[in-house]
Amino acid sequence: MEQLLQQVINGISLGSIYALIALGYTMVYGIIKLINFAHCDVYMIGAYVGYFCMTTFRLGFVPSLLIAMVVCTLLGVAIEKIAYKPLRNATRIAVLITAIGVSMFLEYGTMFFVKATSRSYPEMTGIMTERFNFGNVVITMQQVMILVITVVLMILLQFIVRKTRIGKAMRAVSMDRDAAELMGINIDGTISFTFALGSALAGAAGVLVGVYYNSINPLMGVLPGLKAFVAAVFGGIGIIPGAMIGGYFIGMVEVFVSGYGGSLYRDAVVFGILILILIVKPTGLLGKNTGEKV
Amino acid sequence: MKKIFEKQAVRKLIFLALTFIIVQLLIYADIIDAYLQNTLTAICINIILAVSLNLITGFTGQFSLGHAGFMSIGAYTCAIITLRMPTIFGFFLGVFAGAIFAALVGFIVGLPTLRLRGDYLAIATLGMAEIIRIIFINLKITNGAAGLQNIPRFTNWTWLFIFMVGTVLLITNFLKSTHGRACIAIREDEIAADSMGINTTKYKVIAFIIGAFCAGIAGALYASYFYFLKPNIFDFLKSVNVLVIVVLGGLGSVSGSILAAILLEIISTFLQSFSELRMVIYALLLVVIMLFRPQGLMGSKEVTLAVFNRLGGNLKSGMSKLEQRFKSKKGRV
Repeated sequence: MEQLLQQVINGISLGSIYALIALGYTMVYGIIKLINFAHCDVYMIGAYVGYFCMTTFRLGFVPSLLIAMVVCTLLGVAIEKIAYKPLRNATRIAVLITAIGVSMFLEYGTMFFVKATSRSYPEMTGIMTERFNFGNVVITMQQVMILVITVVLMILLQFIVRKTRIGKAMRAVSMDRDAAELMGINIDGTISFTFALGSALAGAAGVLVGVYYNSINPLMGVLPGLKAFVAAVFGGIGIIPGAMIGGYFIGMVEVFVSGYGGSLYRDAVVFGILILILIVKPTGLLGKNTGEKV
Repeated sequence: MKKIFEKQAVRKLIFLALTFIIVQLLIYADIIDAYLQNTLTAICINIILAVSLNLITGFTGQFSLGHAGFMSIGAYTCAIITLRMPTIFGFFLGVFAGAIFAALVGFIVGLPTLRLRGDYLAIATLGMAEIIRIIFINLKITNGAAGLQNIPRFTNWTWLFIFMVGTVLLITNFLKSTHGRACIAIREDEIAADSMGINTTKYKVIAFIIGAFCAGIAGALYASYFYFLKPNIFDFLKSVNVLVIVVLGGLGSVSGSILAAILLEIISTFLQSFSELRMVIYALLLVVIMLFRPQGLMGSKEVTLAVFNRLGGNLKSGMSKLEQRFKSKKGRV
């Protein structure tokens, strides 16, 4: 029972990170129908920015997190403006390949500057090192921080999407781009804003992962990126609450599979789930079937 | 049989034979040394991979990101067989067993997932390739993450050439058949094809199986050339590499895939000494091509030997014009 509880707690921490990344995938997919392969590298860049803030500039955790989010926002918008915007009317496959190209560029560009070796985040001090013991179940302060920051960011995101003008524009564009444009919505601005939001969340996830797992490298984004995408598909791609549910679900599954002896097959199980969902209900948990249109 | 002796076919045969003999002579003369032979092998394997992926993605319009998965099945099957039976017969058995096994997996995976469209299919095939890789990491017979070593080498230029030409012929002839036309119709408009009575699922699966079969051959040749296999060779990046060749050459252009495979391998050989920068340049190249020429080098056009015809034709007409002028001058005098 205690082991089960411990796994649940670990699963929530991992799930929070997947959920943060998945939100970026799902929002971008919802608005321009693109699997943004470069998203997972924005997350990696976030982790590196956090690392350099903490080591070179000796900043604390919260300022580093904020700086990483700002840098990632700028990076996300820049990627969109340079690589995706000129291809707005190109075929889907052309944009997808561009996304793969941008992803490789970020990965190997980073590798060129910081070398391929893993780096470890500096030791946390003060309040961040605290641990809470409930019997044999341990909750670390870092896990609490991850959960709190994730929940705060999600509430903020929901507020922006549901209650603000720009959020309304986002929802309108994802529903019907042409109609939204006719209503006078600035399409390009809205798409850029979507990239900005998603990238900021990915940047936050990067710093949190660095603090939690302590090790970062230029290719760290690839696998979590794919899994976060699986999470987005699981919840129903393009649907924001779906990505949150999917993130936590995938995190739980992964922790439980490796906790109960299947750690070697951990990734295979996640991809197996993906194929299963796609076959059974391609629109995901919360998705609605729209049917084919000619 | 009459067709073989048509002018066009004879020309093709001569062209192929010349290519084969020239390269073989260059290998004998050691102008193509061991290092360049690696490049040559990589080019041939990439041509097989790219042409077969082009059948799936370029001609049938089904976006697959899992070609490395099929390749790895062929590679491991061939390696395991030739390690136990290091004879030329074992090599053949390995290549065909690998190809058939890959095709079988293609069938099993394709049947349910090919109902998905576009991006969903891409992600499903990507997931499939990852699962295959993870299985190879965990199996005993494949020696896990460490991989297989000392695989006997049977692949040489002769076999590479035969299998490469065989694959290209198989796919081009398939595309000219009723079945191939059905595949192209599916790419153009799936719903329209469906309503014309084409069994779309069937043809999509057929294209997928042929693609997987050829990828299996490519993998087997790879295993039998490079002595050494490990699951991480066949990761997502490998699938992307093949896709890049196909897109660079032009979706729906067999000759484009061949040209792009040669071009990219030469570029990557030149950039070999800048290891990390190589991938950066490669990535930039990809983005720039997509931004400025999203249809690829060839679009959906083909280069055929007619290029030589046209050159010859131009020469002839030029000559006859000269002759006429010469004659008319004569007349005046």
